[in-house]
Amino acid sequence: MPDQQIVIHVNGSPISVPAGSMLSAALLMASAPCRISTTGEPRTALCGMGICLECRAIVNGVPHTRTCQTVCQEGMRVETQS
Amino acid sequence: MKPADVLVIGAGPAGLAAATAASRNGCRVAMLDDNPAAGGQIWRADITRPHDEDPARAAAIADFHTSGAALLPGRRIVDVPSPSTLLAEAGGHFETYRWDRLILATGARERFLPFPGWTLPGVFGAGGLQALVKGGYPVAGKRIVVAGTGPLLLAVAAHLREYGASIVTVVEQASTLQMLPFAASLLRSPGKLLQGAGYRRTLGATPYQTGCWPISGQGDETLRSVTLTNGRRTWTVECDLLACGFHLVPNTELAQLLGCTLQGSFVQVDSQQQTSVAGIYCAGEPTGIAGVDAAQVQGEIAGLAAADCSPPPTRLLARRAKEAAFGRRLTHAFRLRPEVLKLASQETIVCRCEDVTFSQLQTRSNWTDAKLHTRCGMGPCQGRICGSATEALFGWQLTSVRAPLFPIPVSAFCDESSSLNAPSAR
Amino acid sequence: MPDFDLVIVGAGIVGCACALEAARAGLRVVIVERGVVGGGTTAAGMGHVVVMDDSPAQLALTAYSRSLWRTMAPELPGGVEYESRGTLWIAADDEEMAEVFSKQTTYAQAGIASQVLDPRELAEAEPYLRSGLAGALLVPDDGVLYPPVAAEYFLCEARRLGVVFLSDHEVVRCGKGRIQFANGTSIESERILLASGASIDLLPSLPIQKRKGHLLITDRYPGVVSHQLVELGYLKSAHKLTADSVAFNIQPRLTGQLLIGSSRQYGDESREINHAILRSMLERAIEYMPCLKGLSGIRVWTGHRAATADKLPLIGPTADPTLFLAMGFEGLGITNAPGAAVLAIDALLGRASIIDAAPYLPSRIQQEAVHA
Repeated sequence: MPDQQIVIHVNGSPISVPAGSMLSAALLMASAPCRISTTGEPRTALCGMGICLECRAIVNGVPHTRTCQTVCQEGMRVETQS
Repeated sequence: MKPADVLVIGAGPAGLAAATAASRNGCRVAMLDDNPAAGGQIWRADITRPHDEDPARAAAIADFHTSGAALLPGRRIVDVPSPSTLLAEAGGHFETYRWDRLILATGARERFLPFPGWTLPGVFGAGGLQALVKGGYPVAGKRIVVAGTGPLLLAVAAHLREYGASIVTVVEQASTLQMLPFAASLLRSPGKLLQGAGYRRTLGATPYQTGCWPISGQGDETLRSVTLTNGRRTWTVECDLLACGFHLVPNTELAQLLGCTLQGSFVQVDSQQQTSVAGIYCAGEPTGIAGVDAAQVQGEIAGLAAADCSPPPTRLLARRAKEAAFGRRLTHAFRLRPEVLKLASQETIVCRCEDVTFSQLQTRSNWTDAKLHTRCGMGPCQGRICGSATEALFGWQLTSVRAPLFPIPVSAFCDESSSLNAPSAR
Repeated sequence: MPDFDLVIVGAGIVGCACALEAARAGLRVVIVERGVVGGGTTAAGMGHVVVMDDSPAQLALTAYSRSLWRTMAPELPGGVEYESRGTLWIAADDEEMAEVFSKQTTYAQAGIASQVLDPRELAEAEPYLRSGLAGALLVPDDGVLYPPVAAEYFLCEARRLGVVFLSDHEVVRCGKGRIQFANGTSIESERILLASGASIDLLPSLPIQKRKGHLLITDRYPGVVSHQLVELGYLKSAHKLTADSVAFNIQPRLTGQLLIGSSRQYGDESREINHAILRSMLERAIEYMPCLKGLSGIRVWTGHRAATADKLPLIGPTADPTLFLAMGFEGLGITNAPGAAVLAIDALLGRASIIDAAPYLPSRIQQEAVHA
């Protein structure tokens, strides 16, 4: 296991994750949905490979970012997208 | 003679074999992939175990590197601005690639079939959960149901168990009877059998129930239990996660945008893996779901053909024919039973991007009608998930593929900084 | 005796509006469509309900039609996504600002409410527009809607009144009281109304030219744009009858998605995306609204507008006494559908119309070209 941990902020709360983790995995660790669907359902990543687009979230202020294809960086801020 | 410029799209088993073969035979080759590393989905790198290499992957990648071909990872093809150029997104900026020969090795994705509860957090694709675990999602101590169909289910279950998950059960919708010819084919291919036996060892006492399938997932904010059936009896098991996928569907969108003819759901190719468009070749799952061995041999044939080394050696043709037969047995063994096409209730969401329910789709006459009048397939996934579901549920044929292939910033269409890159060896 | 008083060819928004109007007049109607309802020209367009003042006749028809939309608005189902967003005609410089004032005068004379915005008011109304713009004319009662569902709404209402709908029926010949389908069957009727959008295969001699357009739709960004935004330069480019052109034209959808246009090209009947045109269209849009750059675009498509030389539609009888037209709306088919339906059915029944129908009569353009 890579021992280096980094801190990112999920919906304002800090969480420590292994360096190199995918942002979608970090959201799952934080039990935070990636997005709220058009009818208000919480959604998390489905396909894990950038196809289904369920993993979209707001990353450093940019909405519709695919968290399945984004590697966590120290200090990154991610928010559930509604 | 000036060496040909060969561009390979996709760095999975087919792409690696194609690039290696073309490069060894004198071509300048560049291989693009949207992931950060080579290997494709089946050989996806694991961030938690960087040194734990699959020997087949290691060999393919070593061969690729010694061949002199160039790997350009983190690049996703999004458009075809002219017949001989491709537009790729690379970490927020855009590059244009020109090619003389193009080899499409775009792989496959999971098929998802909607059932009540499939949109709950805690429900993943089978390969989807595996990819997330490789991306750092810890599943130690989680109770997981693996369900759906296809050889991937056992591989995923074994993998999850290695990471400390507790596999509640693996349910395969195909019946034992239906899978018999597949088991026989494993006997004929000892390599594949060993792999299968390996799964069984890792899985130990984990129940593997054939002829069973999930009918619903329950939970409020997140999944709490899954209801299963064997057609006669229905039971509910408590769990934390459900990994559920119904075998694979090919990624043919780029081939379609390039104008390649499809045969059914697959890209039509000739004996040299050439598509209906001269100079464009296709190898691996987009030509038929047949697994990693088929992908490698098809990739090698495509690479040789792109390098003008025709005709392909008979040993390759023989291997390709054998793997194609394996693919047909695979497809037959894991064909969908009619019951799994009827799991959605009236309120079940079919299109997850736009939250379109089964009842809204039921009254539509075809895919275009559904798109226009319900927004099904109009969201950012471009119908990749709901399209294969509605094809299975209603028999709808997807009509057209439109640019961009994936959502891209508006500026990508007019990026001044985008340069025209010819693929080049290092 | 034929089973129907009227056959309508084409279930786009115009054909469906005509079917409803005819059914309300008590006619027995069948409407035939080669694809799905609202799936042709209707599906390709933006869905801007707008009063335009290129000519007095255009102003009369768009104003009348818009009033019909506004009357219907409360009854429209949610899926039509009708919103009274208002149009902002944006002036980039003093020359265009002069046009804002003259446009306001024209609208005022026609009883159309509008309001001149100075640069500060424009920036307040649309904060993401670039700075340095001269101002705008706000036409508050213009609307936006989702055209395919609007077409289906008209069709559903019509079917409630007994109209028969045949989808997947391709017409190969029409005229002289008879339409023939590709499958060999035919329908006889004393009246045929052709409402086939930009498809003129059935009457190739129609004085209609196809003008190709491109559109891009983004993912959801609610609140970025509040009005339909159109540069006043649009009028200059839309007036050109030969050259390809692009203009800044952006529509906020109820979903929060943005539709970005627009382009006009002659002589390209293909559905392929022209990347050079798409590029200049989006560069134009970004010039007016720099933040568009970073928005996620999810789909690009093309469509064809049915353009006539005087930019007015062809509504009414032809030399063939059984054949009537509701065609040639260019970019205003969505806006004009309800008004055109009233005029077309008036013509069919020999009723007087609430606005002067003469400017739209097919006979105004080369009489000989419009015989069947």
